[in-house]
Amino acid sequence: MKGKLKGAQTGHSLLKRKSEALTKRFRTITQKIDELKRKMGKVMQVASFSLAEVQYITGDISYQVQESAKTAQLKVRAKQENVSGVMLPVFESYQEGGNAFEFTGLGRGGQQVQKTKEVYAKAVETLVELASLQTAFVILDEVIKLTNRRVNAIEHVIIPRYENTIKYILSELDEQDREEFFRLKKVQGKKKERAAHEEEENAKKLLAESVNKGDADVPILQAAHESGQIDILGEEEDEDVIF
Amino acid sequence: MSGGTSLQKDRNLIAVIGDEDSVTGLLLAGVGHTNQQQKKNFLVVDAKTPLVTIEETFEEFTKRKDIAIILINQHIAEDIRELIDGHNQAFPTVLEIPSKDHPYDPEKDSVLKRVRRLFGE
Repeated sequence: MKGKLKGAQTGHSLLKRKSEALTKRFRTITQKIDELKRKMGKVMQVASFSLAEVQYITGDISYQVQESAKTAQLKVRAKQENVSGVMLPVFESYQEGGNAFEFTGLGRGGQQVQKTKEVYAKAVETLVELASLQTAFVILDEVIKLTNRRVNAIEHVIIPRYENTIKYILSELDEQDREEFFRLKKVQGKKKERAAHEEEENAKKLLAESVNKGDADVPILQAAHESGQIDILGEEEDEDVIF
Repeated sequence: MSGGTSLQKDRNLIAVIGDEDSVTGLLLAGVGHTNQQQKKNFLVVDAKTPLVTIEETFEEFTKRKDIAIILINQHIAEDIRELIDGHNQAFPTVLEIPSKDHPYDPEKDSVLKRVRRLFGE
């Protein structure tokens, strides 16, 4: 039982440490998210501007672009990162396949289109980074809640329960001890009683025997009286002792 | 959270819900994808797009198994805020992005709101 309590306490301290580590990580992530979100605002602004430039020069290409979107070239990959036993996904963007918009803006503003494409690709990179942070945020949030719940459960439910059990066992043992002691005492008392009883019986028997024998004790008393040994202090008064 | 490893491996697309300019730009960067069922991974939202369509598309994107990130313009996110707040899975990640006409407002972001709430501000 005590081992169990000890185990619970160890687990508690371990979990607490884990939760602290996660919280620390969590805080850095939130900070980064905040930072990146602001950065994203700027990046997207730049990107919009360059798109506006394209539109100014090339005219509206949105329909063309939307229609020619067949397979994604910019994809993301999820990698795993381990933070104190928690798997956090990290997105990574990568290019795949050729440029699908080779001919967009062929007539006019091709350079602008390419530039916009690059700017947007960069923007997407930022967004992907942000997305992975955000995913990490969501997962960490959940894990931290879970860990804290466990910590609290151990702290407020399991440890007290064990402690109560131990206390109960101890009190029961004490009670048993006392009972045993009391029992022993009682037994001893009984034994004494019996012994006294037996003695009395013996005395009675003796007395009976002596009575049966007749005046066996009278001569003894007389003898004592004769020698004056019985009442040394009784009848004659002592003289005061003065030093 | 564990066991989702194989699931995450298939998720490699970025979906976009946004106004014409945002979508065009992102498509230009190469995120556009049309699958075998002719389903696109982007939705252009303008003033005429009904709310139901946005909601349905968002739901569809969240249910698709090949999408890792959903980018959504913040002003559109505002319209379906309920749905976005209700989406609490890690995958796909919903990311609110600013649009040309609507500057980015961190106060409205559902994730940043959560951050604020967590730190008791």
